[in-house]
Amino acid sequence: MKSLKIICPNGHLGFAPLKKESFYLGVAEKPDYIAADSGSDDIGPVPLGSDTCASPKAWQRHDLEVMLLAARDLGVPMLIGSAGDTGSNSRVDMYVEMIRDIAREHDLPSFRIGWFYSELDKDMVRTKIQTGSTIQGLDNRDPLTEAELDTTTRIVAMAGAHPYQALLARGCDVIIGGRSSDSAIFAACALHHGFPEAQSYYLGKVLECASFCAEPYGAKETVLGEVTQDWVEVTAMHPGQRCTIASVAGHAMYERSNPFHEYVAGGLLDMTDCHYEQVSEKTTRVTGMKFIPAEDFRVKLEGSGKLGERFVGMAGIRDPYTIANVDAVIDWARAQVIERFGPDGWELHYNVFGRDGIMGEMEPMRDKPSHELLVVVQGVAPTMEMAEEVAITGTRQLFYARLPDVKGTAGGVSFAFDEVMQASPAHTWTVNHTMSVADPLEIFPLHTAEVGA
Amino acid sequence: MSVKKLTELAKTIRSKNAGTDKITFDVIFRESEAYELVKRSGALSRGSVAQILKIDPARITDFVEYDPAYAIKFTILRERPSGSPGDGDIFGAQQYAPFLDVEIDTNA
Repeated sequence: MKSLKIICPNGHLGFAPLKKESFYLGVAEKPDYIAADSGSDDIGPVPLGSDTCASPKAWQRHDLEVMLLAARDLGVPMLIGSAGDTGSNSRVDMYVEMIRDIAREHDLPSFRIGWFYSELDKDMVRTKIQTGSTIQGLDNRDPLTEAELDTTTRIVAMAGAHPYQALLARGCDVIIGGRSSDSAIFAACALHHGFPEAQSYYLGKVLECASFCAEPYGAKETVLGEVTQDWVEVTAMHPGQRCTIASVAGHAMYERSNPFHEYVAGGLLDMTDCHYEQVSEKTTRVTGMKFIPAEDFRVKLEGSGKLGERFVGMAGIRDPYTIANVDAVIDWARAQVIERFGPDGWELHYNVFGRDGIMGEMEPMRDKPSHELLVVVQGVAPTMEMAEEVAITGTRQLFYARLPDVKGTAGGVSFAFDEVMQASPAHTWTVNHTMSVADPLEIFPLHTAEVGA
Repeated sequence: MSVKKLTELAKTIRSKNAGTDKITFDVIFRESEAYELVKRSGALSRGSVAQILKIDPARITDFVEYDPAYAIKFTILRERPSGSPGDGDIFGAQQYAPFLDVEIDTNA
């Protein structure tokens, strides 16, 4: 095979539906693979911790259906990584089930499906810690401790290309992956056909977010990547979009702190000496990428820990005197919660929108609040009942705050609702670390089955 | 001194999570002239970023001038991981606004 073509219709499958027009233009190019990643840690720690999705089932199914029908029609493999936003085991099972349903509904000829899991047993991680295999922290975090592991609800490991390659080697037509490095899904296809690691991982890097590597801006449109022994080309499929030197080079820095280096399981993609060339109106060619294999095979781990149940309240403020003293109003409400529940065992969080609700202490304008504020109140506690009471006390007591010179003594805030609302349980990212493994497949169990046989 | 705001010179000014613990900022220019001007002006630096966001410079993990894309890119550590209760911007996508108004000396 001299070159290989992959189309990617969506950078986070399910989070918003793919756009069909550019997808079918991509299908008409007769790609060798159709692939997309379906996960992200952008959505925060709640979906992983509570084992839920951030995306509606209908949108996930929509994209899986469009992609599956096209892939089976072309007779090419379809790969999906990080199933259901988090890549937890239950999300992988859910996608496998969706694929079976869609195949049944459309009466598709039989095909082979492969899937793998990414969840890690906490005891396995504990054993690593106890036997001196340090779980190294990323982004200035300290090594993982057993105490942090205790507070963790669920851990997934970020798969590299290896489990995908292994399932392709088993002849799978459809692959549903657990949590995966998004570039690895595409790289696996190229590596499977013997293309070099540097070009393969670069292909994955540029395709992973679909049309984010094209301009003008427009998400969820299909892009086509082609790889040879020497170069990677990327082409926008949408009639109004182009892959330009600026858009492709610019994408290399998207969502990462360093635009030159991309760490993947097993090595480092070095883009420092990449050369970009506009080869036609919609296509940019990239050369000069390098791959540096890692000496120690480390996988990235993501873990989320539950902090408690959560309720949310909201209150508005229009009185300029109250706005100027909003911190005293909040202190009053917090003091009422302390009076009721004591100083700890619960959490109250206030975001003051109109002042610094988005940027917090980094807000340069926080001493110039707007003429009206919205205070969003979160109460977190071990039980639903307590979380509700913490939140409603923290919200309603804003109404009764005792400011010395307030004119409006009939009530200090406005309410759009009487009640506080149940929100997702509060979680936090407890694990952002890497773990050494002897064999890249040992923590990603593989499965295959025939569908429609 | 003739002054322009960064928003008048840059094509893109954006922020976004880089993993669970960091937010990364991209300032991208359409052509090399504006990019080189802003670099020369020194208006964006580790020091100015720390000052604008009122953070300890130690929280700035990266500051990169990325010539292939005419881009200046810097990354900060979050105070707590994304999506922890109280985080007002889970995606880190609305942290760039203070950089729109950074003043650039056009004679730099």
